Amino acid sequence: MNLFTRLKEGLSKTRSQITSIVGSDSNFGEEFYESLEEAMISADIGLELSLEIIDRLKFEINSLKIDSVHEAYTIFKQMLAKDLDVIKMPEEFPPKPWVTMVVGVNGVGKTTTIGKMAHELRQSGKKVMLGAADTFRAGAIEQLRIWAQRTESQFVSQHEGADAASVAFDSIEAAKARDTDVLLLDTAGRLHTKVNLMNELQKIVKVIRRNTPHAPNEILLVVDATTGQNALKQAKVFNDILGITGLIITKLDGTAKGGVALALTKTFGIPIRKIGVGEGLDDLQDFDPMDYVNAMFGDI
Amino acid sequence: MFEELSNRFDSIFKKLRGRGKLTEENISEAVRDVKRALLEADVNYKVVKKFSAHVQEKALGSQVLQSITPGQQFVKLVHDELTGLMGGSTRQIKFHNNRLNVIVLAGLQGSGKTTASAKLALHFRKQGHRPLLVACDMYRAAAVDQLETLGKSLNIPVYSDRSKKPVEIAKNALEYAKDESLSLVIIDTAGRLHIDTEMMAELKEICSLSKPDEIFFVADAMTGQDAVNVAEQFHREVNFSGVILTKLDGDARGGAALSILDVTGVPVQYVGVSEKPDGLEVFHPERMASRILGMGDIISLVERAQETVDLEQNKKLEKKIRKNIFTLQDFLDQLRQIKKMGPLSDLLAMIPGMGRQLQNTEIDNSALGKIEAIICSMTKVEREKPQIIDGNRKRRIASGSGTTVQDVNKLLKQFDTMKQMMKRMNKIAGKRGQNAALRSLSPF
Repeated sequence: MNLFTRLKEGLSKTRSQITSIVGSDSNFGEEFYESLEEAMISADIGLELSLEIIDRLKFEINSLKIDSVHEAYTIFKQMLAKDLDVIKMPEEFPPKPWVTMVVGVNGVGKTTTIGKMAHELRQSGKKVMLGAADTFRAGAIEQLRIWAQRTESQFVSQHEGADAASVAFDSIEAAKARDTDVLLLDTAGRLHTKVNLMNELQKIVKVIRRNTPHAPNEILLVVDATTGQNALKQAKVFNDILGITGLIITKLDGTAKGGVALALTKTFGIPIRKIGVGEGLDDLQDFDPMDYVNAMFGDI
Repeated sequence: MFEELSNRFDSIFKKLRGRGKLTEENISEAVRDVKRALLEADVNYKVVKKFSAHVQEKALGSQVLQSITPGQQFVKLVHDELTGLMGGSTRQIKFHNNRLNVIVLAGLQGSGKTTASAKLALHFRKQGHRPLLVACDMYRAAAVDQLETLGKSLNIPVYSDRSKKPVEIAKNALEYAKDESLSLVIIDTAGRLHIDTEMMAELKEICSLSKPDEIFFVADAMTGQDAVNVAEQFHREVNFSGVILTKLDGDARGGAALSILDVTGVPVQYVGVSEKPDGLEVFHPERMASRILGMGDIISLVERAQETVDLEQNKKLEKKIRKNIFTLQDFLDQLRQIKKMGPLSDLLAMIPGMGRQLQNTEIDNSALGKIEAIICSMTKVEREKPQIIDGNRKRRIASGSGTTVQDVNKLLKQFDTMKQMMKRMNKIAGKRGQNAALRSLSPF
């Protein structure tokens, strides 16, 4: 299901609320801005950013001398889309193997996302390998193995409790030996507040770089769309320690609007690479800023 | 935006404290800040509105205004209201002795149901139950393996059947539990979206046939505004009786706890505080409120200390300090006791007033590990008489512990200072009760 069609089928109280104000197309005042503010906060965009956006919007509307609510609303959405649109795209795969490491807190959907990414890459004819560097959570290795089978990807693992950096190292060496195009490395979910576990991530990267300086080419942070303002703290710590190159927003098929993504791109300037909109193999989609905004607030 | 809720309140109340008496305007301002703070803690927008209106009304009553210490009164008021909203008092889970008890866990994907199931099983086994874990998540790859692995490591039986549907598995598991005369069945269900009608129907079916005594809704402490929609829908479908708030060991403020309670009327029962199987604690609304308000969580700290600290050993230690024969070995033992209590940063965050100060300091837990390694690389004699450690020995200790000679020097110097301090303390203590002096010496 496309994010955009989901929007049309699903939600949304906020949409109808705004629509009713916008639809009336009378002269707009505080009521208009208040409903936008409420809609943004309810979407997890966060208070500070919401207020800041309102300020910018007011300025824009005044300087452009706009008097139709409809137009104002379009400007509002364009503004959000611009905030979401961070372009940094190393889309080619020149160095071989291209190594993508996937990190995040517990339960955001890292392993499932890797499965979907593997599927997408396989569809485009790439040789893919999955490396099971989540050696901590019970059943994690098995879970990734199943995804490797489903997507006909190669698979490298050690036993549960093994050193994650050693699995990462093995995976890259295997990927080189087997002429793999893309290696996707799964890591254990960890709360960003656990110093030891964050150090472990740093160690994984260090071990990888020692032998393969170009890797990891991408370090993707997976963020659950249901997450509130804590996502900013997560991103800050992960980014400080690893240098995150991209975001993946998952679980957008629920009722959570994923507004925290906006706060993330705005604060850290990290691009959103993919969005997860379902549990199926094909439910990992490219990110389009305007689609995303429309899904949050509706298309009128 | 990174400020903690407690920071906010601290600054608000500092503002209030500076004034003798509150005016209506002061209170409105404080309430506005309370609102803002709660929103930053991910409490749902509507719940915040309701709560702040309530606080404002209460505060405007004569009680606070006429008080000599309005700031403190306001703190107490907000604290009381928060506590009230989060449950007021904690409910005791009661099971029947003469028949099989059933618990069902439900929630969104990735909220931590499987881990929570294992934690609950361990928790209730400690209370004398004979639990059975049932793997009803047939959707997520390897979910069954995960529960099986957890069960095996805890030595708790797990019922699974990869060829059956979840509803059937639940049914068969109940039969199995009766046959094996187990006392408690914990059913782990698949994560599902509250708007997925098919999956919600399945959950309802599992619940209606297993007639659970408790249905726990498992929610991630990091959940944002959407917590209300999810909880409301789950509550409408299966009418859950308790909430387990997971991943509270992170730095999420857990505003979801307030939101869920407000829309469903169901309080948080347990909180997940680590990935380890024993990382489940009973939820204390007043503690959570204190924590949110930046008053620290001293009760949890004391409890944790009581669980882990060896009293006998401490008495011996006290004697040694008094006689001034405290050695590096004793220092090491002491260190290990502190380490047992959990990460230093967690402990410090529980101390009232520390939450705010810690904001910008990195607590390096590995510093303790370094000291431990250095002492472990010393011989017994060296630990008793550190004065014999010369350059040669220092080099050996440094390379043995993977540190540098500077690190070793630093530790020896610190230890020396500590002993000097103890000596002085003993002198003072000689005059007016030793215990008091000793207590003031301990950093914890």
